[in-house]
Amino acid sequence: MKNKKIVMDAEGIDRSLTRIAYEILEKNKGVEDLVLVGIRTGGVFLAERLRRKISGIEGKEVPLGILDITLYRDDLQTSHPKPRLGKTDIPFSLDKKKVVLIDDVLFTGRTIRAAMDALIDFGRPMLIQLAVLIDRGHRELPIRADFVGKNLPSSLWEAVSVILTEKKGSDEVVIEIR
Amino acid sequence: MKLNRKDILGIQELSVEEINLILETADSFIEVSTREIKKVPTLRGKTVINLFYEASTRTRTSFEIAAKRLSADTINISASTSSVVKGETLIDTAKNLEAMNPDIIVIRHSAAGAPHMLAAILRQSIINAGDGAHEHPTQALLDMMTIRSRKGTISGLKVAIVGDIAHSRVARSNIHGLTKMGASVCVAGPATMIPLDIEKMGIVAHTRVEEAIRDADIVMVLRIQTEREKQNIFPSLREYAQYFSLNRRNIGLARKDVLIMHPGPMNRGVEISSDLADGPHSIILNQVTNGVAVRMALLYLLTGGAS
Repeated sequence: MKNKKIVMDAEGIDRSLTRIAYEILEKNKGVEDLVLVGIRTGGVFLAERLRRKISGIEGKEVPLGILDITLYRDDLQTSHPKPRLGKTDIPFSLDKKKVVLIDDVLFTGRTIRAAMDALIDFGRPMLIQLAVLIDRGHRELPIRADFVGKNLPSSLWEAVSVILTEKKGSDEVVIEIR
Repeated sequence: MKLNRKDILGIQELSVEEINLILETADSFIEVSTREIKKVPTLRGKTVINLFYEASTRTRTSFEIAAKRLSADTINISASTSSVVKGETLIDTAKNLEAMNPDIIVIRHSAAGAPHMLAAILRQSIINAGDGAHEHPTQALLDMMTIRSRKGTISGLKVAIVGDIAHSRVARSNIHGLTKMGASVCVAGPATMIPLDIEKMGIVAHTRVEEAIRDADIVMVLRIQTEREKQNIFPSLREYAQYFSLNRRNIGLARKDVLIMHPGPMNRGVEISSDLADGPHSIILNQVTNGVAVRMALLYLLTGGAS
Protein backbone atom coordinates (compact mmCIF):
# COMPACT_ATOMS: atom_id res chain seq x y z
CA MET A 1 0.00 0.00 0.00
CA LYS A 2 3.07 2.25 0.05
CA ASN A 3 3.07 3.24 -3.59
CA LYS A 4 -0.58 3.91 -4.19
CA LYS A 5 -1.63 6.55 -6.68
CA ILE A 6 -5.11 7.74 -7.59
CA VAL A 7 -5.21 8.04 -11.37
CA MET A 8 -8.90 8.84 -11.75
CA ASP A 9 -11.32 10.40 -9.28
CA ALA A 10 -15.13 10.38 -9.07
CA GLU A 11 -15.57 13.27 -11.51
CA GLY A 12 -13.11 11.72 -13.94
CA ILE A 13 -14.94 8.38 -13.89
CA ASP A 14 -18.29 10.08 -14.35
CA ARG A 15 -17.11 12.22 -17.28
CA SER A 16 -15.57 9.19 -18.96
CA LEU A 17 -18.78 7.23 -18.62
CA THR A 18 -20.80 10.15 -19.99
CA ARG A 19 -18.52 10.32 -23.01
CA ILE A 20 -18.68 6.54 -23.53
CA ALA A 21 -22.49 6.66 -23.36
CA TYR A 22 -22.54 9.30 -26.13
CA GLU A 23 -19.99 7.32 -28.17
CA ILE A 24 -22.05 4.13 -27.89
CA LEU A 25 -25.13 6.00 -29.12
CA GLU A 26 -23.20 7.69 -31.91
CA LYS A 27 -21.58 4.50 -33.17
CA ASN A 28 -24.83 2.50 -33.01
CA LYS A 29 -27.06 5.34 -34.23
CA GLY A 30 -29.35 5.24 -31.20
CA VAL A 31 -30.61 2.43 -28.99
CA GLU A 32 -32.39 0.23 -31.50
CA ASP A 33 -31.37 -3.44 -31.00
CA LEU A 34 -28.82 -2.27 -28.44
CA VAL A 35 -28.21 -4.34 -25.29
CA LEU A 36 -25.63 -3.94 -22.55
CA VAL A 37 -23.90 -6.86 -20.84
CA GLY A 38 -21.75 -6.23 -17.77
CA ILE A 39 -19.03 -8.71 -16.87
CA ARG A 40 -19.06 -9.83 -13.26
CA THR A 41 -17.99 -8.33 -11.00
CA GLY A 42 -16.26 -5.15 -12.10
CA GLY A 43 -18.35 -4.51 -15.20
CA VAL A 44 -21.79 -4.84 -13.66
CA PHE A 45 -21.95 -1.52 -11.82
CA LEU A 46 -20.39 0.31 -14.76
CA ALA A 47 -22.99 -1.26 -17.06
CA GLU A 48 -25.78 -0.06 -14.75
CA ARG A 49 -24.37 3.46 -14.77
CA LEU A 50 -24.02 3.45 -18.55
CA ARG A 51 -27.60 2.26 -18.89
CA ARG A 52 -28.82 5.16 -16.74
CA LYS A 53 -26.80 7.63 -18.76
CA ILE A 54 -28.01 6.23 -22.08
CA SER A 55 -31.66 6.30 -21.01
CA GLY A 56 -31.12 9.84 -19.72
CA ILE A 57 -29.84 10.92 -23.12
CA GLU A 58 -32.24 9.01 -25.39
CA GLY A 59 -35.24 8.66 -23.09
CA LYS A 60 -35.41 4.96 -23.82
CA GLU A 61 -34.49 1.93 -21.70
CA VAL A 62 -31.77 -0.45 -22.88
CA PRO A 63 -31.83 -4.10 -21.74
CA LEU A 64 -29.04 -5.01 -19.34
CA GLY A 65 -27.59 -8.46 -18.73
CA ILE A 66 -25.02 -9.78 -16.29
CA LEU A 67 -22.40 -12.28 -17.38
CA ASP A 68 -20.17 -14.45 -15.20
CA ILE A 69 -17.32 -15.79 -17.31
CA THR A 70 -15.92 -18.30 -14.81
CA LEU A 71 -17.20 -21.37 -16.68
CA TYR A 72 -15.41 -20.17 -19.85
CA ARG A 73 -12.02 -19.37 -18.34
CA ASP A 74 -8.95 -20.90 -19.97
CA ASP A 75 -7.13 -21.51 -16.69
CA LEU A 76 -9.68 -23.81 -15.05
CA GLN A 77 -7.69 -26.91 -15.94
CA THR A 78 -4.87 -25.77 -13.73
CA SER A 79 -6.77 -24.11 -10.93
CA HIS A 80 -7.78 -26.09 -7.87
CA PRO A 81 -9.55 -24.98 -5.75
CA LYS A 82 -11.83 -23.45 -8.32
CA PRO A 83 -12.72 -19.76 -8.56
CA ARG A 84 -16.07 -18.83 -7.10
CA LEU A 85 -18.92 -18.98 -9.59
CA GLY A 86 -21.34 -16.07 -9.81
CA LYS A 87 -24.77 -15.88 -11.38
CA THR A 88 -25.27 -15.11 -15.04
CA ASP A 89 -28.50 -13.28 -15.80
CA ILE A 90 -29.23 -12.47 -19.43
CA PRO A 91 -33.04 -12.58 -19.51
CA PHE A 92 -33.35 -11.80 -23.24
CA SER A 93 -32.20 -13.27 -26.53
CA LEU A 94 -29.02 -11.93 -28.09
CA ASP A 95 -30.06 -12.94 -31.60
CA LYS A 96 -29.49 -10.05 -34.01
CA LYS A 97 -28.68 -7.65 -31.17
CA LYS A 98 -25.89 -5.12 -30.93
CA VAL A 99 -24.19 -6.21 -27.73
CA VAL A 100 -21.97 -3.83 -25.81
CA LEU A 101 -19.81 -5.82 -23.42
CA ILE A 102 -18.70 -3.79 -20.41
CA ASP A 103 -15.78 -4.39 -18.05
CA ASP A 104 -13.76 -2.23 -15.70
CA VAL A 105 -10.17 -3.01 -16.73
CA LEU A 106 -8.93 -4.42 -20.04
CA PHE A 107 -5.64 -6.23 -19.46
CA THR A 108 -4.59 -9.52 -21.10
CA GLY A 109 -7.84 -9.84 -23.04
CA ARG A 110 -8.48 -13.35 -21.73
CA THR A 111 -11.61 -12.33 -19.83
CA ILE A 112 -13.04 -10.78 -22.99
CA ARG A 113 -12.25 -13.92 -25.02
CA ALA A 114 -14.16 -15.96 -22.41
CA ALA A 115 -17.01 -13.45 -22.40
CA MET A 116 -17.38 -13.58 -26.18
CA ASP A 117 -17.50 -17.38 -26.13
CA ALA A 118 -20.19 -17.18 -23.44
CA LEU A 119 -22.24 -14.62 -25.39
CA ILE A 120 -22.25 -16.81 -28.49
CA ASP A 121 -23.90 -19.54 -26.38
CA PHE A 122 -26.81 -17.16 -25.82
CA GLY A 123 -27.52 -16.61 -29.50
CA ARG A 124 -26.00 -14.97 -32.55
CA PRO A 125 -25.53 -11.27 -31.92
CA MET A 126 -25.41 -8.92 -34.90
CA LEU A 127 -22.19 -7.54 -33.43
CA ILE A 128 -20.28 -7.35 -30.17
CA GLN A 129 -18.55 -4.16 -29.03
CA LEU A 130 -16.38 -3.68 -25.97
CA ALA A 131 -16.45 -0.77 -23.52
CA VAL A 132 -13.93 -0.53 -20.68
CA LEU A 133 -13.16 2.15 -18.14
CA ILE A 134 -9.41 1.46 -18.16
CA ASP A 135 -7.19 -0.06 -20.83
CA ARG A 136 -3.91 -0.91 -19.15
CA GLY A 137 -2.26 -2.68 -22.10
CA HIS A 138 -0.32 -5.98 -21.99
CA ARG A 139 -2.67 -7.84 -24.30
CA GLU A 140 -2.09 -11.57 -24.77
CA LEU A 141 -4.83 -11.98 -27.36
CA PRO A 142 -5.80 -9.96 -30.47
CA ILE A 143 -8.54 -7.97 -28.73
CA ARG A 144 -9.16 -4.23 -28.52
CA ALA A 145 -11.84 -2.08 -26.99
CA ASP A 146 -14.31 0.05 -28.99
CA PHE A 147 -14.88 2.49 -26.13
CA VAL A 148 -12.17 3.35 -23.60
CA GLY A 149 -12.47 5.63 -20.57
CA LYS A 150 -8.75 6.04 -20.08
CA ASN A 151 -5.63 4.47 -21.52
CA LEU A 152 -3.34 3.76 -18.61
CA PRO A 153 0.12 2.50 -19.53
CA SER A 154 1.17 0.28 -16.65
CA SER A 155 3.91 -2.14 -15.66
CA LEU A 156 3.16 -5.80 -15.12
CA TRP A 157 4.08 -5.50 -11.45
CA GLU A 158 1.53 -2.79 -10.87
CA ALA A 159 -2.06 -3.48 -9.89
CA VAL A 160 -4.83 -1.35 -11.34
CA SER A 161 -8.12 -1.37 -9.48
CA VAL A 162 -11.39 0.36 -10.16
CA ILE A 163 -13.18 1.12 -6.92
CA LEU A 164 -16.85 2.06 -7.11
CA THR A 165 -19.26 3.37 -4.50
CA GLU A 166 -21.69 0.53 -5.17
CA LYS A 167 -19.14 -1.79 -3.57
CA LYS A 168 -16.90 0.41 -1.45
CA GLY A 169 -17.09 3.94 -0.12
CA SER A 170 -15.63 5.91 -3.01
CA ASP A 171 -15.29 6.23 -6.78
CA GLU A 172 -11.67 6.05 -7.86
CA VAL A 173 -9.14 4.25 -10.02
CA VAL A 174 -5.89 3.46 -8.20
CA ILE A 175 -2.59 2.07 -9.36
CA GLU A 176 -0.21 0.48 -6.89
CA ILE A 177 3.01 -1.47 -6.87
CA ARG A 178 2.50 -5.05 -5.80
CA MET B 1 -14.03 -20.24 1.37
CA LYS B 2 -12.78 -22.91 -0.99
CA LEU B 3 -13.58 -26.56 -1.38
CA ASN B 4 -10.21 -28.18 -0.98
CA ARG B 5 -10.90 -31.87 -0.91
CA LYS B 6 -10.50 -34.74 -3.34
CA ASP B 7 -13.76 -36.58 -2.69
CA ILE B 8 -17.34 -36.04 -1.58
CA LEU B 9 -18.13 -39.05 0.57
CA GLY B 10 -20.67 -37.75 3.04
CA ILE B 11 -22.27 -34.72 4.63
CA GLN B 12 -20.92 -35.70 8.03
CA GLU B 13 -17.40 -34.49 7.22
CA LEU B 14 -18.44 -31.26 5.44
CA SER B 15 -18.25 -27.95 7.27
CA VAL B 16 -21.05 -25.37 7.20
CA GLU B 17 -18.81 -23.17 5.04
CA GLU B 18 -18.25 -25.98 2.55
CA ILE B 19 -21.98 -26.71 2.38
CA ASN B 20 -22.71 -23.02 1.81
CA LEU B 21 -20.11 -22.85 -0.95
CA ILE B 22 -21.60 -25.89 -2.70
CA LEU B 23 -25.16 -24.53 -2.40
CA GLU B 24 -24.18 -21.08 -3.68
CA THR B 25 -22.27 -22.56 -6.59
CA ALA B 26 -25.27 -24.76 -7.37
CA ASP B 27 -27.53 -21.67 -7.35
CA SER B 28 -25.36 -20.18 -10.07
CA PHE B 29 -25.55 -23.36 -12.14
CA ILE B 30 -29.38 -23.32 -12.27
CA GLU B 31 -29.21 -20.79 -15.08
CA VAL B 32 -27.18 -23.04 -17.41
CA SER B 33 -30.02 -25.57 -17.54
CA THR B 34 -32.49 -22.86 -18.58
CA ARG B 35 -30.52 -21.81 -21.66
CA GLU B 36 -31.36 -22.81 -25.16
CA ILE B 37 -27.83 -24.18 -25.51
CA LYS B 38 -27.56 -26.10 -22.24
CA LYS B 39 -23.82 -26.59 -22.28
CA VAL B 40 -20.74 -24.79 -21.04
CA PRO B 41 -17.15 -25.77 -21.93
CA THR B 42 -15.90 -25.94 -18.34
CA LEU B 43 -15.04 -29.65 -18.07
CA ARG B 44 -13.96 -30.22 -21.65
CA GLY B 45 -11.68 -33.24 -21.83
CA LYS B 46 -12.67 -34.57 -18.41
CA THR B 47 -14.14 -38.03 -18.02
CA VAL B 48 -16.76 -38.96 -15.44
CA ILE B 49 -17.59 -42.61 -14.77
CA ASN B 50 -20.91 -43.47 -13.16
CA LEU B 51 -20.37 -46.79 -11.42
CA PHE B 52 -23.73 -48.00 -10.20
CA TYR B 53 -24.03 -51.25 -8.27
CA GLU B 54 -27.66 -50.50 -7.41
CA ALA B 55 -30.62 -49.55 -9.54
CA SER B 56 -31.15 -45.84 -10.14
CA THR B 57 -32.88 -43.63 -12.67
CA ARG B 58 -32.89 -40.22 -11.06
CA THR B 59 -29.44 -40.06 -9.54
CA ARG B 60 -27.61 -41.66 -12.44
CA THR B 61 -29.41 -39.57 -15.06
CA SER B 62 -28.88 -36.46 -12.98
CA PHE B 63 -25.13 -37.06 -12.71
CA GLU B 64 -24.93 -37.82 -16.40
CA ILE B 65 -26.83 -34.69 -17.41
CA ALA B 66 -24.76 -32.60 -15.01
CA ALA B 67 -21.51 -33.88 -16.49
CA LYS B 68 -22.70 -33.45 -20.06
CA ARG B 69 -23.87 -29.88 -19.50
CA LEU B 70 -20.34 -29.16 -18.32
CA SER B 71 -18.92 -30.79 -21.50
CA ALA B 72 -17.37 -33.75 -19.67
CA ASP B 73 -17.53 -37.21 -21.23
CA THR B 74 -19.57 -39.72 -19.26
CA ILE B 75 -19.56 -43.48 -19.09
CA ASN B 76 -22.24 -45.41 -17.25
CA ILE B 77 -21.52 -48.78 -15.76
CA SER B 78 -24.23 -50.75 -14.05
CA ALA B 79 -23.34 -53.88 -12.15
CA SER B 80 -25.80 -56.09 -13.98
CA THR B 81 -24.10 -55.56 -17.36
CA SER B 82 -20.49 -55.42 -16.17
CA SER B 83 -17.73 -57.80 -15.14
CA VAL B 84 -19.26 -57.83 -11.69
CA VAL B 85 -21.51 -60.65 -12.86
CA LYS B 86 -18.33 -62.55 -13.75
CA GLY B 87 -17.17 -62.23 -10.17
CA GLU B 88 -14.76 -59.32 -10.38
CA THR B 89 -14.18 -57.61 -7.04
CA LEU B 90 -14.97 -53.94 -6.51
CA ILE B 91 -11.28 -53.13 -6.04
CA ASP B 92 -10.30 -54.87 -9.28
CA THR B 93 -13.06 -53.10 -11.19
CA ALA B 94 -11.95 -49.79 -9.72
CA LYS B 95 -8.26 -50.39 -10.48
CA ASN B 96 -9.12 -51.22 -14.07
CA LEU B 97 -11.19 -48.07 -14.42
CA GLU B 98 -8.36 -46.05 -12.89
CA ALA B 99 -6.01 -47.44 -15.53
CA MET B 100 -8.16 -45.72 -18.17
CA ASN B 101 -7.61 -42.33 -16.54
CA PRO B 102 -11.02 -40.94 -15.74
CA ASP B 103 -11.16 -37.79 -13.60
CA ILE B 104 -14.16 -38.46 -11.38
CA ILE B 105 -15.83 -41.70 -10.37
CA VAL B 106 -19.39 -41.52 -9.08
CA ILE B 107 -20.28 -44.67 -7.19
CA ARG B 108 -23.44 -46.15 -5.74
CA HIS B 109 -23.06 -49.36 -3.79
CA SER B 110 -25.18 -51.38 -1.38
CA ALA B 111 -22.25 -51.65 1.03
CA ALA B 112 -21.74 -48.71 3.38
CA GLY B 113 -18.16 -47.45 3.03
CA ALA B 114 -17.58 -48.68 -0.53
CA PRO B 115 -16.92 -45.12 -1.82
CA HIS B 116 -14.54 -44.51 1.09
CA MET B 117 -12.55 -47.59 0.18
CA LEU B 118 -12.26 -46.42 -3.43
CA ALA B 119 -11.29 -42.92 -2.31
CA ALA B 120 -8.42 -44.39 -0.31
CA ILE B 121 -6.97 -46.46 -3.16
CA LEU B 122 -7.72 -44.39 -6.26
CA ARG B 123 -6.20 -41.05 -7.25
CA GLN B 124 -9.47 -39.99 -8.91
CA SER B 125 -12.09 -37.91 -7.14
CA ILE B 126 -14.88 -40.11 -5.77
CA ILE B 127 -18.44 -38.90 -5.31
CA ASN B 128 -20.70 -41.03 -3.16
CA ALA B 129 -24.05 -41.47 -4.91
CA GLY B 130 -25.38 -43.59 -2.07
CA ASP B 131 -23.65 -46.26 0.01
CA GLY B 132 -25.90 -48.74 1.80
CA ALA B 133 -27.82 -47.15 4.63
CA HIS B 134 -24.93 -44.78 5.31
CA GLU B 135 -24.98 -41.55 3.27
CA HIS B 136 -26.36 -40.02 0.08
CA PRO B 137 -24.65 -36.62 0.18
CA THR B 138 -25.82 -35.24 -3.17
CA GLN B 139 -29.45 -35.93 -2.21
CA ALA B 140 -29.06 -34.02 1.05
CA LEU B 141 -27.33 -31.15 -0.77
CA LEU B 142 -30.11 -30.86 -3.34
CA ASP B 143 -32.68 -31.05 -0.55
CA MET B 144 -30.94 -28.25 1.34
CA MET B 145 -30.66 -26.22 -1.86
CA THR B 146 -34.38 -26.64 -2.50
CA ILE B 147 -35.33 -25.69 1.05
CA ARG B 148 -33.05 -22.67 1.00
CA SER B 149 -34.34 -21.43 -2.32
CA ARG B 150 -37.95 -21.66 -1.09
CA LYS B 151 -37.55 -20.51 2.51
CA GLY B 152 -34.54 -18.23 2.12
CA THR B 153 -32.73 -19.99 4.93
CA ILE B 154 -32.44 -23.37 6.62
CA SER B 155 -31.61 -22.10 10.08
CA GLY B 156 -34.55 -22.12 12.47
CA LEU B 157 -36.83 -24.27 10.33
CA LYS B 158 -38.58 -27.31 11.72
CA VAL B 159 -38.03 -30.31 9.49
CA ALA B 160 -39.85 -33.62 9.96
CA ILE B 161 -38.45 -36.72 8.26
CA VAL B 162 -41.05 -39.48 8.07
CA GLY B 163 -40.53 -43.12 7.16
CA ASP B 164 -37.95 -45.87 7.42
CA ILE B 165 -35.18 -43.93 9.14
CA ALA B 166 -33.12 -47.02 9.98
CA HIS B 167 -32.52 -48.03 6.38
CA SER B 168 -32.36 -44.54 4.89
CA ARG B 169 -29.12 -42.97 3.72
CA VAL B 170 -31.19 -39.97 2.62
CA ALA B 171 -32.36 -39.46 6.22
CA ARG B 172 -28.85 -39.83 7.62
CA SER B 173 -27.26 -37.35 5.20
CA ASN B 174 -30.10 -34.88 5.68
CA ILE B 175 -29.92 -35.12 9.46
CA HIS B 176 -26.18 -34.33 9.32
CA GLY B 177 -26.70 -31.46 6.92
CA LEU B 178 -29.86 -29.88 8.29
CA THR B 179 -28.67 -29.90 11.90
CA LYS B 180 -25.36 -28.35 10.84
CA MET B 181 -27.26 -25.63 9.00
CA GLY B 182 -29.29 -24.84 12.12
CA ALA B 183 -32.62 -26.54 11.44
CA SER B 184 -34.41 -28.45 14.17
CA VAL B 185 -35.01 -31.94 12.89
CA CYS B 186 -37.34 -34.65 14.08
CA VAL B 187 -38.06 -38.07 12.65
CA ALA B 188 -41.07 -40.35 12.81
CA GLY B 189 -41.82 -43.89 11.79
CA PRO B 190 -42.69 -47.30 13.18
CA ALA B 191 -40.49 -48.14 16.18
CA THR B 192 -38.88 -50.93 14.14
CA MET B 193 -37.66 -48.33 11.68
CA ILE B 194 -36.17 -45.87 14.17
CA PRO B 195 -32.62 -46.66 15.32
CA LEU B 196 -32.40 -46.71 19.11
CA ASP B 197 -29.64 -44.12 19.39
CA ILE B 198 -30.83 -41.83 16.60
CA GLU B 199 -31.40 -38.93 19.04
CA LYS B 200 -27.64 -38.79 19.56
CA MET B 201 -27.53 -37.12 16.14
CA GLY B 202 -29.12 -34.07 17.75
CA ILE B 203 -32.71 -34.73 16.74
CA VAL B 204 -36.01 -35.83 18.28
CA ALA B 205 -37.57 -39.20 17.43
CA HIS B 206 -41.31 -39.87 17.43
CA THR B 207 -43.28 -43.03 16.78
CA ARG B 208 -46.38 -41.13 15.74
CA VAL B 209 -46.27 -39.17 12.53
CA GLU B 210 -48.68 -36.52 13.90
CA GLU B 211 -46.22 -35.55 16.64
CA ALA B 212 -43.46 -35.04 14.11
CA ILE B 213 -45.29 -32.97 11.56
CA ARG B 214 -47.01 -30.63 14.03
CA ASP B 215 -45.89 -27.06 13.11
CA ALA B 216 -43.33 -28.39 10.64
CA ASP B 217 -42.01 -26.07 7.93
CA ILE B 218 -40.81 -29.02 5.89
CA VAL B 219 -42.04 -32.59 5.77
CA MET B 220 -39.66 -34.96 4.07
CA VAL B 221 -41.30 -38.26 3.25
CA LEU B 222 -39.05 -41.26 2.68
CA ARG B 223 -39.71 -44.13 0.33
CA ILE B 224 -40.88 -47.30 2.01
CA GLN B 225 -38.78 -50.03 0.54
CA THR B 226 -41.64 -52.38 -0.22
CA GLU B 227 -39.27 -55.34 -0.26
CA ARG B 228 -38.89 -54.89 3.49
CA GLU B 229 -42.45 -55.98 4.04
CA LYS B 230 -41.11 -59.52 4.00
CA GLN B 231 -38.63 -58.75 6.78
CA ASN B 232 -41.38 -58.32 9.37
CA ILE B 233 -40.41 -54.72 10.07
CA PHE B 234 -44.00 -53.71 9.51
CA PRO B 235 -47.08 -55.88 9.15
CA SER B 236 -48.33 -54.70 5.76
CA LEU B 237 -48.13 -51.81 3.35
CA ARG B 238 -51.79 -51.15 4.05
CA GLU B 239 -51.20 -50.82 7.75
CA TYR B 240 -48.16 -48.63 7.13
CA ALA B 241 -50.22 -46.39 4.89
CA GLN B 242 -52.93 -46.16 7.52
CA TYR B 243 -50.64 -45.06 10.36
CA PHE B 244 -47.64 -43.41 8.75
CA SER B 245 -48.58 -41.97 5.39
CA LEU B 246 -48.64 -38.25 4.82
CA ASN B 247 -52.15 -37.38 3.71
CA ARG B 248 -54.80 -34.69 3.67
CA ARG B 249 -55.85 -35.52 7.22
CA ASN B 250 -52.54 -35.09 9.01
CA ILE B 251 -50.89 -32.42 6.81
CA GLY B 252 -53.16 -29.85 8.49
CA LEU B 253 -51.03 -30.19 11.63
CA ALA B 254 -48.05 -28.71 9.83
CA ARG B 255 -47.62 -25.00 9.17
CA LYS B 256 -49.84 -23.48 6.50
CA ASP B 257 -46.87 -22.88 4.20
CA VAL B 258 -45.41 -26.35 4.72
CA LEU B 259 -43.31 -27.78 1.90
CA ILE B 260 -43.51 -31.47 1.09
CA MET B 261 -40.45 -33.29 -0.18
CA HIS B 262 -39.70 -36.83 -1.31
CA PRO B 263 -36.39 -38.19 -2.63
CA GLY B 264 -38.16 -40.55 -5.03
CA PRO B 265 -39.16 -43.01 -6.26
CA MET B 266 -42.58 -42.57 -4.66
CA ASN B 267 -45.01 -45.27 -3.63
CA ARG B 268 -48.19 -43.31 -4.16
CA GLY B 269 -50.82 -44.23 -1.62
CA VAL B 270 -48.27 -45.84 0.71
CA GLU B 271 -46.01 -43.20 2.29
CA ILE B 272 -47.68 -40.23 0.61
CA SER B 273 -51.10 -39.67 -0.86
CA SER B 274 -51.26 -38.73 -4.50
CA ASP B 275 -53.09 -35.45 -3.91
CA LEU B 276 -50.29 -34.20 -1.67
CA ALA B 277 -47.55 -35.43 -3.99
CA ASP B 278 -49.08 -33.43 -6.83
CA GLY B 279 -50.47 -30.60 -4.71
CA PRO B 280 -49.37 -26.99 -4.24
CA HIS B 281 -47.18 -27.77 -1.22
CA SER B 282 -45.14 -30.36 -3.09
CA ILE B 283 -41.67 -29.36 -4.25
CA ILE B 284 -40.72 -32.88 -5.28
CA LEU B 285 -39.95 -32.00 -8.89
CA ASN B 286 -38.02 -28.89 -7.87
CA GLN B 287 -35.78 -31.26 -5.94
CA VAL B 288 -35.05 -33.14 -9.17
CA THR B 289 -34.30 -29.93 -11.08
CA ASN B 290 -31.97 -28.72 -8.35
CA GLY B 291 -30.26 -32.12 -8.27
CA VAL B 292 -28.66 -31.42 -11.64
CA ALA B 293 -27.35 -28.05 -10.43
CA VAL B 294 -25.92 -29.50 -7.22
CA ARG B 295 -24.12 -32.23 -9.14
CA MET B 296 -22.78 -29.70 -11.64
CA ALA B 297 -21.46 -27.69 -8.70
CA LEU B 298 -19.68 -30.72 -7.23
CA LEU B 299 -18.17 -31.79 -10.54
CA TYR B 300 -16.99 -28.22 -11.09
CA LEU B 301 -15.56 -27.81 -7.60
CA LEU B 302 -13.78 -31.18 -7.53
CA THR B 303 -12.04 -31.20 -10.89
CA GLY B 304 -8.90 -29.28 -11.56
CA GLY B 305 -5.19 -29.50 -12.03
CA ALA B 306 -2.61 -30.39 -9.46
CA SER B 307 -3.53 -28.91 -6.11
